[in-house]
Amino acid sequence: MKAELQPVLDALQSAFGAHISEFREQAKATLAVEHIVEAARTLRDAHGFNMLAGLSAVDYWPERQPRFHAVYEFKNIAQKLRLEVRVPLDGDEPKLPTLSEVFPNANWHERELWDMFGIHVTEHPDLRRILMPADWVGHPLRKDYPLGYEEVQFSFNFKEIDQRKPRPQD
Amino acid sequence: MGLEQKLGNMGIVTTTLEQVVNWSRTRAMWPMLFGLACCAIEMMASQGADYDASRFGMELMRASPRQADLMIVAGRVSRKMAPVLRRLYDQMPSPKWVVSMGDCASCGGVFNNYAIVQGVDEIVPVDVYVAGCPPRPEALIHGIMTLHEKIKGETFKDWA
Amino acid sequence: MTISQLEITHDELKHLVSERAQTGETLLLNMGPQHPSTHGVLRLLLELDGEIVVNCIPDIGFLHTGIEKNMEAKTYEKAEVMTDRLDYLNTMGNNLAYCLAVEKLVDLDVPERAQAIRVIFAELQRIASHLVWLGTHALDLAAMSMFFYCLNQRERILDIMEMCAGQRMMTTYFRPGGLWRDVPAEFVPAVRAFIDSFPAEVDLYEGLLDKNPIFLDRTKGIGIYTTEEGIAWGITGPSLRGSGIAYDLRKEEPYSGYEQYDFEVCTEEAGDVYARYRVRMREFRESLKIVRQALDKLPGGAVRSNNRKFVPPPRAELGESMEAVIHHFKLWTEGFPAPKNSIYMPVESPRGELGVLLEGDGGPKPYRCHWRTPSFVNLQILPKISKGCYVADLVAIIGSIDIVLGDTDR
Repeated sequence: MKAELQPVLDALQSAFGAHISEFREQAKATLAVEHIVEAARTLRDAHGFNMLAGLSAVDYWPERQPRFHAVYEFKNIAQKLRLEVRVPLDGDEPKLPTLSEVFPNANWHERELWDMFGIHVTEHPDLRRILMPADWVGHPLRKDYPLGYEEVQFSFNFKEIDQRKPRPQD
Repeated sequence: MGLEQKLGNMGIVTTTLEQVVNWSRTRAMWPMLFGLACCAIEMMASQGADYDASRFGMELMRASPRQADLMIVAGRVSRKMAPVLRRLYDQMPSPKWVVSMGDCASCGGVFNNYAIVQGVDEIVPVDVYVAGCPPRPEALIHGIMTLHEKIKGETFKDWA
Repeated sequence: MTISQLEITHDELKHLVSERAQTGETLLLNMGPQHPSTHGVLRLLLELDGEIVVNCIPDIGFLHTGIEKNMEAKTYEKAEVMTDRLDYLNTMGNNLAYCLAVEKLVDLDVPERAQAIRVIFAELQRIASHLVWLGTHALDLAAMSMFFYCLNQRERILDIMEMCAGQRMMTTYFRPGGLWRDVPAEFVPAVRAFIDSFPAEVDLYEGLLDKNPIFLDRTKGIGIYTTEEGIAWGITGPSLRGSGIAYDLRKEEPYSGYEQYDFEVCTEEAGDVYARYRVRMREFRESLKIVRQALDKLPGGAVRSNNRKFVPPPRAELGESMEAVIHHFKLWTEGFPAPKNSIYMPVESPRGELGVLLEGDGGPKPYRCHWRTPSFVNLQILPKISKGCYVADLVAIIGSIDIVLGDTDR
């Protein structure tokens, strides 16, 4: 971990009660969900983290508290620093405040969180599905969502599968 | 070779209407300019200078389905794309043919999951399957020539 | 999704279009998903006032492949074949990002020779990707011959890849811990022949486009964003360097030995379509420079780590060593475990920052593998910069952002 990152982590710890950990020289700060917008604003304005490099989530089903982690990747271009911020989210219908006021490119990332994980992003300007069709049921990247494996047709089961395979009309 | 030898010096050639129509269909086959994924890049390569599909009269890609009679499904078809693909197929004038290019379009390929249609033959009737991930440009050209062979065998009964 | 949902419904998109669309004063028009200049299956919903774009609403996901979910069902080594198919113009680069992420997660070493060969291939792939971009971008702007020139040179690179990996595009040549196998003896002369002949080709492209009044008219002063806007919107890669900031992960956070090579990060000030074109044209030469340096000091030795807990033993050992048989069996049936933690590995792809968030759970399969793809993030700025331009300019702007829909939709 770079020495320049230490004051940032200390500031996050004292202001927002962040829990700091480190793995393979990458620092992670875990924050409560109510602090994330303010923390992002502080990171951008006071610490020079001017780019939201990425935003994603991880599902820890069947855990319930927390079930999800929203994972933010912040980048400070001038000082060449990176910081990962994790926000634990409880329950099956979690809520997360939008970051699109602070970083405009959070917009699509948050739509992806809604689409893929069913994390409801509050006060989002345009919360629609982004990758899946609009009438899709379920959120595919949740761990309790099946992969959707379809049985493969070989010579021994060719006929059996052929009968139930959908056929187009001309 | 070909017509001149059959013709002799009589100036008349006899053949069946089926053969003439089928022959002319294979010689002016316009594929639709329609790429989905990785295979579309190889489809572009097959029209590039190195492979040059225009040697076989199959390079005139039309962006509008109304002007095309061959659909090359080049790449994986997602559930979101499937109705669009079917609509494009419906917009093409008959007679029309479909080449399923690559493993993903033919059977789902490595993507056996929720998002990908397991074979485009679930949506549109396919005439020729080209295997490979992605198939080489030569394989695509061979696939279209196989389709030409198929068309040469079509009969009046098939057209009706 | 049924066909009816592709029709434009005002109610659903009320908050995205202007009020004039409700009265029918402006026209709502679908561009895509099947359109020759959207570079794949991108759908744009355009609100037009005559020829002028009032609003542009991108709709993506028509190539959503479920790669992230599918990778969770495979072991670390088997999941790699999925990565090729993400950004299909940058297959080696995706392999590189994934392998570096796995190596970082399990703390695996990579021999020097493998690192150098990885750099050579990553740069050749960058050239190949830029060639497809240049060919299609120029084709959109009605310069047809560029397409043939560019694809012709791309074939030279694909031949080199095929020589080493056996496949033209989906190579899966980099593996966790090194390379699949060493390069053949013809590799070095073939690459040298390419890098000696290619600069003349770049001169040819520049000669065709740089002073072409049609090309200049259609690219200069269009689709402008400043450095600050680019950074705020998360733009990376040549699209950001065209706005005047030298931000390149190969220099910022070097990986795979990029710090040993001397090259320049190309920037342009204008921030328009032409500036982004110039950046990529100059990157051709910088990539050649890196390849040349890597070839000159290509070290010898092994191309794959000797750590048998992660890397299967060579085939020859299987007949002699019981231990090798055990390792081989364990690795190919079960795979290797990774610690219960996560890492984020960014690399510079031809389009920008390609990041992998890889999380292990102590078992042999990735618990979560998220791809932060440059096309997805870069495309977001399109509605902002396309406001007020002509529909024909929109085609130039899409081309200049250099999106690959496989990368956007994953």
